[in-house]
Amino acid sequence: MTESIKTITKKVGLPRLIISSFFVFLIIASIGLGLPLDRTLTNIIRRFGMFGVLVLAMVPAIQCGIGPNFALPLGIICGILGEIISIEFGFVGFTAFIVAILISIPFATIIGVGYGNLLNKIKGSEMLVAAYAALSVVYFMCIMWVTLPFKHPQMIWPIGKGLRVTIALEAFFGYVLNDFADFSIAGVHIPTGLLMFFLLCCFVVWLYTRSKTGMAMKAAGDNPKFALASGINVDRSRIIGTTLSTILGAVGIIVYHQSYGYIQLYDAPQYMGFATVAAVLIGGATARKAKISHVLLGVLLFQGLLAVALPVANEVVKGSNLAEVLRMVIQNGIILYALTQVVGGE
Amino acid sequence: MADVNNLEAVQENKEKSFDIKDFLINNMVTILFMILCIAGVYFSKLPMFFIVNEIMTRLTRNSFLVLALIIPVLAGMGLNFSITIGAMAAQISIIAVTHWQVQGIWGFLLCAVLTVPIAMLFGNLVGRLLNKTKGQEMIASMIAGFFANGLYQFLFLFLVGKIIPVNNPVLILDNGVGVRNTVDLSRNNGIKYVLDNIWKVPIFHFVIFTGLLIIAYGLYRMYRESKSKATKVSKAKYIIISIVGLVILAFGIVVNSSNELSQTLKMISNLKLSAGTGLVVLALCLFNVLIVKTKLGQDFRTVGQSKHIASVSGINVNKVRVIAITISTVLAGLGQLIFLQNIGTLNTYGSHVQIATFAIAAILVGGASVSKATIGQALLGVLLFHTLFIVSPKAAKELFGDAQIGEFFRSFLAYGVIGVSLGLHAWKKTLKAMRK
Repeated sequence: MTESIKTITKKVGLPRLIISSFFVFLIIASIGLGLPLDRTLTNIIRRFGMFGVLVLAMVPAIQCGIGPNFALPLGIICGILGEIISIEFGFVGFTAFIVAILISIPFATIIGVGYGNLLNKIKGSEMLVAAYAALSVVYFMCIMWVTLPFKHPQMIWPIGKGLRVTIALEAFFGYVLNDFADFSIAGVHIPTGLLMFFLLCCFVVWLYTRSKTGMAMKAAGDNPKFALASGINVDRSRIIGTTLSTILGAVGIIVYHQSYGYIQLYDAPQYMGFATVAAVLIGGATARKAKISHVLLGVLLFQGLLAVALPVANEVVKGSNLAEVLRMVIQNGIILYALTQVVGGE
Repeated sequence: MADVNNLEAVQENKEKSFDIKDFLINNMVTILFMILCIAGVYFSKLPMFFIVNEIMTRLTRNSFLVLALIIPVLAGMGLNFSITIGAMAAQISIIAVTHWQVQGIWGFLLCAVLTVPIAMLFGNLVGRLLNKTKGQEMIASMIAGFFANGLYQFLFLFLVGKIIPVNNPVLILDNGVGVRNTVDLSRNNGIKYVLDNIWKVPIFHFVIFTGLLIIAYGLYRMYRESKSKATKVSKAKYIIISIVGLVILAFGIVVNSSNELSQTLKMISNLKLSAGTGLVVLALCLFNVLIVKTKLGQDFRTVGQSKHIASVSGINVNKVRVIAITISTVLAGLGQLIFLQNIGTLNTYGSHVQIATFAIAAILVGGASVSKATIGQALLGVLLFHTLFIVSPKAAKELFGDAQIGEFFRSFLAYGVIGVSLGLHAWKKTLKAMRK
């Protein structure tokens, strides 16, 4: 008996076991507290689709060997640029969403290639440098948001300079995916378009990892020396992986914002990298290995947990941000756990 | 044998000879910051009186925290981002002492006495964690800071009031659970300025004192050098240091005794430095110097050079590393106490969050790196980094008409300096590895 428990624990992983049982516990608690289950489930599903693509961005980064991409804010900023340029040109509705993605991709490609080159020069310290490079770029872009000459009246402050802190997307492309072919079962709202788009992205990435370049990228990440010996250009593979991750980050934030209903500018993207890294790690990825299934499980567990925790925590202690505390502990705890699993260089 | 020695001496000479290009490249960050500071001071059009006053306050307030970073660097663990956790220990004890209503200097001392064991415990835990993440200490210590911040918030938002009964309307939120966002530490209520006000010295007395100190240092080193086989370059260096000290001394004496001063200088000469805090900082500098001379300090250095050689020569590497982080955490806790007694209000959920970033940015601006940090670099870094901090919002307002840009700019610089310095260090390491 204990043997089988041990094997199960080993297979599923202790952190996943703890987090999923906590997740189940919170759902039961929410029912016990009399919170409506349909609304809870709606929230879980919505957040699952909302964060999905952002977390998916971790897969190519980890597979190509640069580790969890703490510099996701670089991609996020490219996505935001795409969004506001699309709005500035006067697009609305679904077109605005597509145009935003199309504009953001070239930006993300350029940034991704440049950043990938940089990472090739600092092998072994990617994570820390990435975190700080991203933070400084976020603040550099804050200066840009104030000074760039955008004119659209719904994006800039009526008085003063620069873009607003949050831009409402209702009139542009807010909820275009969420409301696409959506329906409700027993009070649970299913945002079909959002889920379809996320799964489509997953499929594309999965397909890519099965392609020749994708295989090469994975090999380069698994064992750089062996890959080099078999004639794979490791540095190039790492650049491709980084670029892909940055592009997915850009697309991810556009999906996130359309589902959220607002664009958040200024310092909002600064800690998003950590949350996405945590999600994929909760799903079972390590700093060296990641699969699509890790993304699906990780987003469901992490974002689902937070979606349930918010109302439950509010019920337990009124008006506190206990859910935020929970997020900090789980998010950073899982990253720490993953770091201890990396065999350190002596 | 003699030939070999000779050869080594020649090589050393070559290395020590002053190459302006190398000097510029190696000190790029520091020089860039100096230029930025001078430009900022010029464009901000702030009165000198204000700038000097602010710099003085910030030097005494922040130096201790930055100096707390040095020992882990020595032990090869990089920059300790988890000094945040030491700061949390300090804040826990401040909240406890405020609750017990112990005021004034006794309150401050009680805070210090409480901080030390709490920080020791925390430091020990962080040290154990970092032993499990060798090679990734810096990111691990950074995330550990975030993680601890979560637990800290859990303690003060939830446990205090729910589990730990605290009945104190000044501290606790109206609904009885959780500590308020700000805790007032002003003079009749807490520990504000208790250390700063112990001994105030007019600023130009301090200038004279500094001048004397620098001259003494220069002469002492020259005396030492003349005993050993000194190179001309190093001798010249100490002569220059002594002359600089002399100039500072002369300047101090002139300002102090002259009655015909310009308005600005007159105002500045009215400023007073908190010598009590300054002495504490000085004591820490001495501690950092002296610890290197002990057995423990030598162990730090050996471990820092090579963990493998250290363990072969019988040093318990993991233990030494834990001790290094523990010392750093305790010092950070004391540093945060000094910081908060000067600020005068404790921002329960915010005071500690940024200190690691700012302290590390400061020491890197001073020219330190992941593997080398000195007291001089720490102090110079605090001076430059905080000068820029003071002037950048006003300078941006004068230049671009928007103070916000200056605030963003300094955050950009703080994070950018860390990113670039760590990146450059990693790059050099890769180059070295490739050459091998």
